[in-house]
Amino acid sequence: MAITPNRYRLHIDWTKCDGRGLCTELLPDLLGRDKWGYPVALMEERGSRSDVFVPSSRLEAATDAVNLCPLIALALIAPATSGRDAPARDG
Amino acid sequence: MTQLAETLTGPRMNAPAGANRLFAAGARASYRSHVSTYGSLNVAEIGPDLINQLDRSGLTGRGGAGFAVARKFGAMPQRRRSSLWQSSAVVIANGAEGEPRSLKDETLMRDSPHLVIDGLLAAAAAVHATTMYLYTTGTSLESVASAIAERRDASAIRLVEAPETFISGEASAVVNAIQTGAAVPTDRVARLTASGLKQRPTLVHNVETLAHVALIARYGSEWFRSAGTDRDPGTRLVTVSGAVARDRVLEVPGDVRIIDILTFCGATESTIAGVLVGGFHGAWLKREQLGVNLSNAALAPYGAQPGAGILYVLGVNRCGLQFSAEIVRYLARESARQCGPCMFGLPEMATLLERIASGDRDPRLAQELATLSESVIGRGSCHHPNGTSRLVMSTLSAFAEDAKAHLRGQCLRVETR
Repeated sequence: MAITPNRYRLHIDWTKCDGRGLCTELLPDLLGRDKWGYPVALMEERGSRSDVFVPSSRLEAATDAVNLCPLIALALIAPATSGRDAPARDG
Repeated sequence: MTQLAETLTGPRMNAPAGANRLFAAGARASYRSHVSTYGSLNVAEIGPDLINQLDRSGLTGRGGAGFAVARKFGAMPQRRRSSLWQSSAVVIANGAEGEPRSLKDETLMRDSPHLVIDGLLAAAAAVHATTMYLYTTGTSLESVASAIAERRDASAIRLVEAPETFISGEASAVVNAIQTGAAVPTDRVARLTASGLKQRPTLVHNVETLAHVALIARYGSEWFRSAGTDRDPGTRLVTVSGAVARDRVLEVPGDVRIIDILTFCGATESTIAGVLVGGFHGAWLKREQLGVNLSNAALAPYGAQPGAGILYVLGVNRCGLQFSAEIVRYLARESARQCGPCMFGLPEMATLLERIASGDRDPRLAQELATLSESVIGRGSCHHPNGTSRLVMSTLSAFAEDAKAHLRGQCLRVETR
């Protein structure tokens, strides 16, 4: 829920992701895989499971993941942009 | 009830006292009886100050998430009426309930369609929106269409039919349905209030929420707060079903105990095994917890919230594990099947709960189910996996004794008839 605006985040578009796993190979310290192959955020204390916190040392690998994802399911969100809509259903 | 000086003068003399607010004009209220009950609403006088009124009122969304209404209004771009350079704003009234156990929005649109229309007009005026939609399922669409035909100020409202699916009312699905015809959620990196329908700033509010907005625009925030409690002001609609004489929609203030609502509907405490609060994405309360108020603040310690105002009463003769397994299977089928963790995780959650419910004596099942349920949270484009996970975790907790009995090859409930 709490988004740290001063950090880069790797946004996962779950509607596009097919669990190919390329991102988890490029970012093994940030992303694991579940039993179906879909990415799982390994460090959740920052960001969220759909907007995964990326430390500056991993920005290059995260950029590679965005560019190489075969489903175009990843986006790097620059710091200080607004977050996702909080309520799923109308609130 | 109300202490407002302004209620003594002008058209505001009609402010309803007590908790009968949304249905004060009676069943299937015509525009004439609507106006004679509530007074007419002068939309031309409404501007951004309505957002301040909403903030002071403490109104929260009545569609499920319970988000502060003024904050959503306030997230819309502040603009002047004549701005040509910014894309113009959109307001959508959302009447797609989705929840099979909810009747309140359908009832509201049948009996008080003009309050919903007033609320939509008022909301559009407050954010200078040029485009208005009302999105709901077939029956309600007819009610609203005939109400619009009764008046002159609502012809700009565009009506869009929602499919009868569980997720068709999710906010991004609403926008998607209007834009593309597909009522499934979309991936979002920006809020709808920043970029919604055709990238325009879009405000989506539940129809009951808008009906309250229509009353606050007339009578003010103090009047709204004259019912309920400081932390849960105003009234809300609830749908009571299950082990009661008949399904009912009631309007209740925030300081009413759940057991009192159920007793009013003819339920007897000793015949209740538990109550599902909020809807199929909700949580179970056990019989001994029913003394709690139906309000966000009072339910928070139980991990529950009023949600869409659903109270489903499970009779003592029914097995909560069995009933919950049926719901989780339904929710798995209602997945839009767009996001992997939801598409694969929910059917597996349903299967595990069905095994526990049907007497599979493998002691690892509950832990396996809890781990799987936790793993799908936050990993989808909408909150369907989160809500399903919440129901599963609540089931394992509220019916823990039942699950233990099932492991011994027994069931605490007697499923009769």
